[in-house]
Amino acid sequence: MSTQISPAAAAVGINSQRVALRCSGLVKRFTDVTAVNGLDLEVYAGECFGLLGPNGAGKTTTVEILEGLTPSDEGTVELLGQHWNGGDNRALRERIGVQLQETQLAEKVTVVETIRLFRSFYQRGHDVDEVIRTVALEEKRNARVGKLSGGQKQRLAVACALVSDPELLFLDEPTTGLDPQARLSLWDIVEKFRAGGGTILLTTHYMEEATRLCDRVAIMDHGKVIALGTPAALIESLGADQVIEFSVTNALTDEPLTNLPAVTNLHKRGEVYALTVSEIGVALPALLAEIKRQQSEIVTLTTHQATLEDVFVSLTGRMLRDS
Amino acid sequence: MIAEAKETRAGEVKSQPLHPLFELTAMRIREFLREKEAVFWVFIFPVLMTFALGIAFRNTAPDKTPIAIEASATDSRASDLAGMLSQSQEVTATVMSPDEATRALRSGKISIVVKPQNDDFEYRYDPTRPESRAARLLVDDVLQRGKGRTDVAHVAEQKVTEPGARYVDFLVPGLIGMNMMGSGLWGLGFTIVIARSRKLLKRFAATPMRRSHYLLSFMLSRLVFLALEVAAVVIFATLAFGFTVRGSWLSLGFITVLGGFTFSGVGLLVAARPTTIEGVSGLMNFIMLPMWLLSGTFFSSERFPQVLQPFIKALPLTALNDVLRALMNEGASLSSNWIPISVLLAWCLISFVVALKIFKWQ
Repeated sequence: MSTQISPAAAAVGINSQRVALRCSGLVKRFTDVTAVNGLDLEVYAGECFGLLGPNGAGKTTTVEILEGLTPSDEGTVELLGQHWNGGDNRALRERIGVQLQETQLAEKVTVVETIRLFRSFYQRGHDVDEVIRTVALEEKRNARVGKLSGGQKQRLAVACALVSDPELLFLDEPTTGLDPQARLSLWDIVEKFRAGGGTILLTTHYMEEATRLCDRVAIMDHGKVIALGTPAALIESLGADQVIEFSVTNALTDEPLTNLPAVTNLHKRGEVYALTVSEIGVALPALLAEIKRQQSEIVTLTTHQATLEDVFVSLTGRMLRDS
Repeated sequence: MIAEAKETRAGEVKSQPLHPLFELTAMRIREFLREKEAVFWVFIFPVLMTFALGIAFRNTAPDKTPIAIEASATDSRASDLAGMLSQSQEVTATVMSPDEATRALRSGKISIVVKPQNDDFEYRYDPTRPESRAARLLVDDVLQRGKGRTDVAHVAEQKVTEPGARYVDFLVPGLIGMNMMGSGLWGLGFTIVIARSRKLLKRFAATPMRRSHYLLSFMLSRLVFLALEVAAVVIFATLAFGFTVRGSWLSLGFITVLGGFTFSGVGLLVAARPTTIEGVSGLMNFIMLPMWLLSGTFFSSERFPQVLQPFIKALPLTALNDVLRALMNEGASLSSNWIPISVLLAWCLISFVVALKIFKWQ
């Protein structure tokens, strides 16, 4: 037992702008593609930072460079005041927790055996049963990994990352493929870690995950950051708070649509039109009149609060999940 | 909830971790024991193999050599001749037409064709087949004696079939060697490549785990199973066939450990880079097949041509089999086997060093 508070927790109290992770000018080329193309990031101590982007945007490559698993071709990485290959990688690894996107833990061993193995690699850290409680796997303590559900396996993977009581936690698409229930219980774990003063770098292609968990978000596309800020600020940058999505029987001419009152933007994906609007009460009646004027009829129409997804669409013209 | 938590805490698995090397080794052992098929191939299969081969080649009275008399079926002189030859202890003769006899000779059903010509005989056989050459001597002996030849010198015979000189005695050390190669290569090769393809190696690389601990854990867990593997075959052969180990158990233990380490090293080398099971399987077969054939598991490697011998002697399995046979069958000392022991040591060290250098963690 130590009476010292962890450095990350101290940082939040003393200076919330202390940088836990900084990288600049990161470039990683593979034979056929440049996965990371001049990337700069700063993650502050005590925040949950999200890397949001479609598959293939370079999120995983970026994270693995930051974790010291993949060497970058260009650029620098500074992690908790240290550099990879700056003398003591093992000391740095003691201070970070990692969950990789594709790791499948050994199936024939049990939950407690797996966490205990990971705990044995670290000088200091949590009690194994304490971590099992944190990720709510008490009932599966002696179950084999192969018998766990997808959500339980993912919680176990996070437990292996948490067992060292890290200052900085990397989560690479922690909820991809999970059902909503499992996703919620994983979010709880992340929020608890964050509340305890830990710093998190999380990648995801779920906008609702980024909105819920992250203090700040960097939207990535083609190996670059194309937007950075708090989720609220990014959504606000659209100049709109509502999105109207609709489809019609006969194709419409675009020009009159963008000129409708309160409409700030128009995107088309196949048959579906998406209008970002500042005041839905003004825009919707005008839209209905315009559709009638162009002698078309509505097939579907929905409206929703603007999200990070709409930010991505307005920046790239593509959906997060279909690129 | 609290009551439940207490109950699980009392479960058989303690949560306090020990040294990482111990935890990694324990993990290896658990994973192996929980894989029922692996247990079968490593422990049961070699025993079954010893049993099957020991029975197939057990020492019974040598079979009579089949030969043919070439004549028509109605030739009474030919059938008299066949009767006379068959009375001998060593051959059994059948009358066949020329066509039949040729076919039977070609397919190896008979070893020699005897064609009577008036009072003389013509032998037809393949001199490159050892059993045909033996049959020629046997037949000639019977026929010449039948014609009145007498032996001039008196000979006494002493037959040797005591334990230690039988085929099964030759076989057991070879099977142990082959098994050590197989379990070393499969055990390390598969486990490591599966861990790599499932990104588990990458996950370990993201922890402060010492990489040497990971690789050492394979060696240590191999040692545990090695003792059991060797014991299973030796005990079985002792009980079923009266097999005896003539050399010292201490020397045998040393060689077993050295052999185990050597093939762990080779396994590590094989597993150092492939990322798929298919890749590593191909590589393992490529490495093991020549040794299965050449290294004298089922018959002596001395039978291969002289030009190949330096190459064969340099193979780790040949070295291991040679030392095991010398120890088990002849009761030889370690020092008299320094050449194959050096070969094993060299393989052990070189494969380890190279494997560590080229090992891919992701």
